[in-house]
Amino acid sequence: MSQNIIQVDALESEAIFIFREVVAQFEKPVLLFSGGKDSITLVRLAQKAFYPAKIPFPLMHIDTGHNFPETIEFRDRLAKELGVELIVRNVQDNIDSGRVKEETGRYASRNMLQTETLLDAIEEFGFDACIGGARRDEEKARAKERIFSVRDDFGQWDEKNQRPEVFDMLNGKIDLGQNVRVFPISNWTELDVWSYIEQENIEIPSIYFAHKRKIFVRDGMIWSADDAVVFRDEEEVVVEKMVRFRTVGDMSCTAAVLSDAVDIAKVVEEIRDSSISERGARIDDKRSEAAMEKRKQQGYF
Amino acid sequence: MKVLKIATAGSVDDGKSTLIGRILYDTKSLTDDKLEAIEEKSRQRGFDYLDFSLATDGLVAEREQGITIDVAHIYFSTPSKSFIIADTPGHIEYTRNMVTGASTAQASIVLIDARNGVVEQTYRHFFINNLLRIKDVVIAVNKMDLVDFSEEKFNAIKGEIEYLASKSEYKGQNLTFIPLSALKGDNVVDKSENMEWYKGETLMHHLERLEPEDINDASQTRFPVQTVIRPKTEEYHDYRGYAGKIYGGDFEVGDEVAVLPSQTKSKIKSINFFDKEYQIAKRGSSVSLTLEDNVNVSRGDMLVKVTEEPTIAKQLEATICWMDKEPLQASQKYYIKHGVNDAQAKITQLKSIIKTDFSGIEENPSELVLNQIGDIQIKLSKSLAFDAYSNNKSNGSFILINPKTNNTVGVGFIK
Repeated sequence: MSQNIIQVDALESEAIFIFREVVAQFEKPVLLFSGGKDSITLVRLAQKAFYPAKIPFPLMHIDTGHNFPETIEFRDRLAKELGVELIVRNVQDNIDSGRVKEETGRYASRNMLQTETLLDAIEEFGFDACIGGARRDEEKARAKERIFSVRDDFGQWDEKNQRPEVFDMLNGKIDLGQNVRVFPISNWTELDVWSYIEQENIEIPSIYFAHKRKIFVRDGMIWSADDAVVFRDEEEVVVEKMVRFRTVGDMSCTAAVLSDAVDIAKVVEEIRDSSISERGARIDDKRSEAAMEKRKQQGYF
Repeated sequence: MKVLKIATAGSVDDGKSTLIGRILYDTKSLTDDKLEAIEEKSRQRGFDYLDFSLATDGLVAEREQGITIDVAHIYFSTPSKSFIIADTPGHIEYTRNMVTGASTAQASIVLIDARNGVVEQTYRHFFINNLLRIKDVVIAVNKMDLVDFSEEKFNAIKGEIEYLASKSEYKGQNLTFIPLSALKGDNVVDKSENMEWYKGETLMHHLERLEPEDINDASQTRFPVQTVIRPKTEEYHDYRGYAGKIYGGDFEVGDEVAVLPSQTKSKIKSINFFDKEYQIAKRGSSVSLTLEDNVNVSRGDMLVKVTEEPTIAKQLEATICWMDKEPLQASQKYYIKHGVNDAQAKITQLKSIIKTDFSGIEENPSELVLNQIGDIQIKLSKSLAFDAYSNNKSNGSFILINPKTNNTVGVGFIK
């Protein structure tokens, strides 16, 4: 037997507490998994919360079809290693059937289209709790979100009328048809996530580290040059640079940053010194000041 | 790194969001892209200054009306510390959101507009800070630039708050008074050149000096069981781990424990966190415990050391802060959530309404309406194991849920 003393870090302890509340209070939870660093962190926390039992809920990815191939490969491998069910629902199916209309032109992105696919999947499987990796420090509408955030059967967030959430008591009581979005790492910052990934030695997709990539510059942002997915004018010239991604969304709405951070320690150092916010590289947020709030009202993650 | 959690309070337009924006700006916590966005929006609106509230008022309706509706959580750090500030609404209508933000805070900043002095919402927020037993309270007398940086005005407000504090039941509070201008930056991060008469610290200096600690510093062992982990694999065939977060005290392997409310006794066989075993688990830790004996333990039960039992009862008395439009009345039934435990609750008596200006109570009222605070007596459908809020914040608080709407309608502090 070991002689050690365990003092679980406050943020980690809180997240594990939230995971356990989800499993105790809901019948059909699911973890929304994007293959990004935040959802990978959620997976590790879920492992810790239920060890030595397996993670007692499936992972679900809403695939826009425009993800970085590195992320998809990573996603499939991780699910296999964990032995948990991976559900994938494709935005492409809704486009093909004509339920949603794809954007066209210079800033076209499938990011908004994910909402419809997500709501369909929630209904298809009857999920009553969807666990997500959103953090309050990311964006100012997210800063207003509760840990248990109730959505109606249209997936809408009633932002002006949220339930009080006092101390760490989480009220998961809902009516039939409603569901709850759960955010276990609400109180983590970007730096907290990176420090945790470093401390726990968690594997993450390679695009988070500096690598050579074909890019072009538009509006002061670095776009990945992949002509099949990202719209590009002829005069927008493609060059090769050392870049990495700070967030991993769609190729069409995630800008890269110039970087030579090739390992976790260097990434942590870079984040600490950065003068641009994480979502500063999210093209989807730049559409308007209320872009995130509007998406959330409609049932976005 | 340890995190200091702070809540703001104060009436509408006392400048809470502006203060937070100012703190972020002066501590260089606003990233370039966020600062640019604020500059751009301020210009669009025709302001000749930077409207820092745009940094935190994250909802369209808030920016439209220029008020804060719901609590925003803001994260920043200085070289020595990490901070979370809960920017809470000042409107009386949104007091429930103010309580949400303040419930887990260790420190609180109550803003007062120097021109208006102590107003109704100041009383209410100061009262709630006391009810929550927030340890460090800063009274920030704001907009000093609009009263010619008058020492007299500042001292009058200070005197009034000190008088209120003398009437409060909670005596463990550290009160600090700081005159400042959030808009102009006086005494926020940098010392003001306009108030030579003020010899104290700036707001940020003060906050940097506070030592972050768990809001729950209870010493008696409390382990409410959230869920039972049963892997049912070959390797862990008989494993039965009780998962939960320690609400007080430290547990050690070999400790004799009682399972509450049944009071069955057993001993701690192992303490597990992920794939490792430990000898001692400290308060605040989310761990799993296994017991020597095959006793009946399920969600909502509590493990405590046999010498440290809390109250076990089917009724309780509490102060309640009402947060719903539908008033609380005696004889109504609700769900009660006490930590991770659920029961049904019937209000057997509404004893009093407590006036939030510390002027006394109103006895035997007929109802408690939105944002009112009162003393009640509750009958429970099963025995709960609880402490007084003054002894253990986590095990001494509860919420009431309306069974018709599923909404959280009240927060209670056990006597």
